Amino acid sequence: MFTYVFRRSTQSMAAVVALLVLVFFLARLTGDPAYLYLPLDSTEAQRQAFNELNGFDDPIYIQFFRYLGDLAQLDFGTALSRNRPAMEVTLEAFPETLKLATIAMALALFAAAVVGSLAAARPGGVFDRLATTISLAGASAPDFWVAIVAILVFAVSLGLLPTSGTGSALHWIMPIGVLMLRPFGLLTQVVRGSMMGVLSQPYIKTARAKGVARRRIIFVHALRNALLPVITVAGDLMASLVNGAVVVETIFGWPGIGKLMIDAIVRRDFALIQSTVLVTAVAIFVMNIVIDLIYAAVDPRIRHQQT
Amino acid sequence: MDKAEGASGPKPKRPAGPLRLVFRDPLAACAVVFLIFIALCALVGPVVIGDLATTPNFRARNLAPFDASMGPAYFLGADTLGRSLAARLVVGAQNTLGIAAAAVMCSLFLGGTLGLVAGYARGIGSTLILRLADVIMSFPSLLLALIVLYSLGPSIPNLILVLAITRIPIYLRTMRAEVLEVRERMFVGAATALGASHARIVFRHIAPVVIPTMLTIGAIDFATVVLAESSLSFLGLGIQSPEFTWGSMVATGRGYLSTAWWVAFWPGLMILLTTLSLNILSSWWRTYADPHQRWRLELPRRLRRRIQK
Amino acid sequence: MTEKNSLLTVENLTVDFHSAAGAFRAVNDVSFHVEQGETLVILGESGSGKSVSASAVMGLIDTPPGEIVSGRVTYRGTDVTRMSEERRMAFNGSKVAVIFQDPLSHLNPVYTIGWQLDEVYEVHGKAKGAEARRRSIEVLRRVGIPDPETRVDWYPHQFSGGQRQRIMIGMAIALGPELLIADEPTTALDVSVQAQILDLLKELQREEGLAIVMITHDLEVAANMADRVIVMNAGEIVEQGRARDVFAAPQHDYTRRLMSALPDESSYADHGIAKTAEPILQVRDLSKTFTLSPGLLRAPKSLRAVDSVSFDLRAGETLGIVGESGSGKSTIAKMLLRLTNATSGEALFHGNDIFEMDRAALLKFRRRVQMVFQDPFSSMNPRMSVFSIISEPWQIHPDILEKSRWRARVGELLEMVGLKPEHADRFPHQFSGGQRQRIAIARALACDPELIVCDEAVSALDVSIQMQIIELLAELRDRLGLAYIFITHDLPIVRNFADRILVMQAGQVVEMQQTEAIFRRPEQPYTRMLIEASPKPKWEQPKRIPA
Repeated sequence: MFTYVFRRSTQSMAAVVALLVLVFFLARLTGDPAYLYLPLDSTEAQRQAFNELNGFDDPIYIQFFRYLGDLAQLDFGTALSRNRPAMEVTLEAFPETLKLATIAMALALFAAAVVGSLAAARPGGVFDRLATTISLAGASAPDFWVAIVAILVFAVSLGLLPTSGTGSALHWIMPIGVLMLRPFGLLTQVVRGSMMGVLSQPYIKTARAKGVARRRIIFVHALRNALLPVITVAGDLMASLVNGAVVVETIFGWPGIGKLMIDAIVRRDFALIQSTVLVTAVAIFVMNIVIDLIYAAVDPRIRHQQT
Repeated sequence: MDKAEGASGPKPKRPAGPLRLVFRDPLAACAVVFLIFIALCALVGPVVIGDLATTPNFRARNLAPFDASMGPAYFLGADTLGRSLAARLVVGAQNTLGIAAAAVMCSLFLGGTLGLVAGYARGIGSTLILRLADVIMSFPSLLLALIVLYSLGPSIPNLILVLAITRIPIYLRTMRAEVLEVRERMFVGAATALGASHARIVFRHIAPVVIPTMLTIGAIDFATVVLAESSLSFLGLGIQSPEFTWGSMVATGRGYLSTAWWVAFWPGLMILLTTLSLNILSSWWRTYADPHQRWRLELPRRLRRRIQK
Repeated sequence: MTEKNSLLTVENLTVDFHSAAGAFRAVNDVSFHVEQGETLVILGESGSGKSVSASAVMGLIDTPPGEIVSGRVTYRGTDVTRMSEERRMAFNGSKVAVIFQDPLSHLNPVYTIGWQLDEVYEVHGKAKGAEARRRSIEVLRRVGIPDPETRVDWYPHQFSGGQRQRIMIGMAIALGPELLIADEPTTALDVSVQAQILDLLKELQREEGLAIVMITHDLEVAANMADRVIVMNAGEIVEQGRARDVFAAPQHDYTRRLMSALPDESSYADHGIAKTAEPILQVRDLSKTFTLSPGLLRAPKSLRAVDSVSFDLRAGETLGIVGESGSGKSTIAKMLLRLTNATSGEALFHGNDIFEMDRAALLKFRRRVQMVFQDPFSSMNPRMSVFSIISEPWQIHPDILEKSRWRARVGELLEMVGLKPEHADRFPHQFSGGQRQRIAIARALACDPELIVCDEAVSALDVSIQMQIIELLAELRDRLGLAYIFITHDLPIVRNFADRILVMQAGQVVEMQQTEAIFRRPEQPYTRMLIEASPKPKWEQPKRIPA
């Protein structure tokens, strides 16, 4: 088990490094940051001085090695747009997104497991048709549009919920609702499909021949097997949950890492782009390892392969 | 089920083809009709009412939907410059679906080829391809697209390229998994034993078996790409004016939410209905393609009820 | 025929399966009865409806797509097909239990076997917690699982195939049912393990007074277990009676055809290959080592699948290679055809080492040596017509035959293997398993080979069809002077076909002799065990005293 986690971590680290390199060079392709940070009427000399100060005038490979050297000393640079250490800004925003994403994912998983299982228990029945249509709609809805319509209905027309920002518990409802929509839709589909597959497995026949009641077959015998592919998909969804977070945070003014990253990209804040990418990537890789461990906990065949 | 030896007898009744079956399922039938309608709009619509979409009409400024005073072209209302929303939706359909289709084809071709190589040839190259796919996969595609798009500059070709790149891993992984499975099948071994060359095995034996799966995935992925493009355009990094897609229409309308909700509402609804139709169809297709589940679509409902009692 | 106080009676049972092509009648007007303590064997080939009728007893038919059109199944006077869900659940497992083929897929992979056994007691309210566990361990001991206290916490994948079937049997007898339905319980198992499972079933029957309904396609297993036999074909009962009578004097045509598939025990293949003939193939010290994928901090493990195997094959000779699963017999075939590389050793084909051949030599070699694979369903590309499948060798080796003659030659080859020329435009899925194997043979014959390697070429087929394919191979051998390497796990099947037999175990040659000598005077204990493990008819067995 230890070997396995170790191997996964080294692989993930390699991927993080590859990603950082990619982002480093891509970010510098976006253009000269001096134009954004100095007044429009700034002179060539002023821009020169600005770039010299921030080290943007050196050849790109020198900048890159300097960046690597700084990284090794855990120096992540200064966020030009805020005049603060980039990592500090990033780590302030990160927990906000983490809370939002974790709650949305947990709710989506739970709802999907229940709805998907019940739908698969009677394929073609009324509940199945309803659940399939709703979950497909959830997976198909453009989240930014749902967010806008939700604001229009619940905040503007009905005045029930605040339009944006943080603070009270009411502020959480719309962001979480919008964010969990897509994972819920996709996961319900996966649970239903996987459950139907499992229910046609021979060991379900054995359970029926043993005299196990239907409800117990679905929720005890089948669900644990049906969850295996769901866990994998949930892992892949973690990355796309950040996609949703970017949109949701932008619309609802949520001070998370997604909003921060958009700001950083638009303002050519290289250090901030890099630190947000680093934190997001590391978080996703940690999440992936956790998911592998959960998988191993649920499936003994995987567990024994590793030892 | 093994028939007795001897010439295999004729089938008793020809099973209904997918086209006839799809119309037995009301939901799937609606999806097909809607998609055909949208495709027609995208193909011929801009030629017919393209002018309406770009000509400002001050008499129709912020015209509410279902107002008959300006004629049928304005039944969905008009935007702040008085342009017919219905006409703009039709033109937007062409851009939205065209970009998505181009992106799907690019990623299908690139991902499929890379996956074929990674699955058939084992070696350093294929490991590298896989690792790269893992990196792309495990990072939020929207952020990746934002960074790439911002550095290359937003334009339609770049948009297509970015969307294609973020979806390549899907095809690559599926193709590789399929090829790994198919190449272990015995007919590949049989062809090798006959002396078939690598090219012959790849193009004559493996490709025809895996291509239908890839096309199915492409059709399913189309909805995801439409959504991704809409998000990018909504965030302002996708398509740039004067060109527009449904996603950028929602972004424009967002500013007039309290005065003219319909400007943002209709294009979003179109995105939802299009992706929903695609997903309904692909869910239907999964049932149809699964030999254990297909009977659910084929048996008339009356018979199913009688048996269930 | 039905007796009043039978344990189980099935009357006029008819079951349909619905699909778009219409209703398929799987079981048609089937009636039988089972008496206390007896063994009734339902014998039939695939698609005969034998499993469906047993599933009806347990209420395991999915409706829809299945439909029980008519009939009654009564257990001690109560109709079980009309039971409520709750009564059905109480009935299943406690009165009647069932075991299946392929125990691995019939055990839930994510729970320990102890959990799955305890559940039997718990859902029927017989015992709970520690008491259930105590009884589970007892049952495991009963069915011969060594060290049950430890293994009760193992998962299904940690056991061998034979042990898993023992666990299934344990789960079935846990509540002491009166009737056990065994659906092909030994089909996936090696012949030596099969013998042990059959013995266990008989022992349990003797001690618990269990009635057994055994469903099988295997004539020898049927003869070994049965008191009475029902023969089914295409959903109908064609013959029934005392096992001994049915086997000795079958009445129905179908039964007679089936029985003729039993190997003739009095004769051996001998078609006079001169012992002095030049060998066409000389295999010396052939070995194959598989390296199991190493972990980062783990030393790679290696598995010696084939270990220094040597043999000769003369022109026109048939060599049977016999071994149980994991003996390395199929790996030999793959190496000889260069489908996988040998680790060491040499194989000289007309004096040239197969493993040293360059591209051109290899291409030439592949015209002269062909292979027929086990599974006729996957050995042909589903998207190619029969014509393109058979003519593919000529596309690869264009000098064999000019294109204008292809169609005529495909027709000739199809006729040679007992099919019709007009079958050339059909696709593989339109044929039955036996027919597909004929097409595969036609493909192998397309480049006039000297040697055909058959890897379990008949294992996936029904018994009566197995015999037909072997007869076809024998006839082609006599007509075309072919040599065969015939690889199989089934020793009796090569009795009337192979000139010599090579017995393998765990990658090594156990012994190699003329066929008659192997059967009459086996030198090694393993060979003797293989011969004796084939089930003997019940009426010929000495009454055994329990140890």
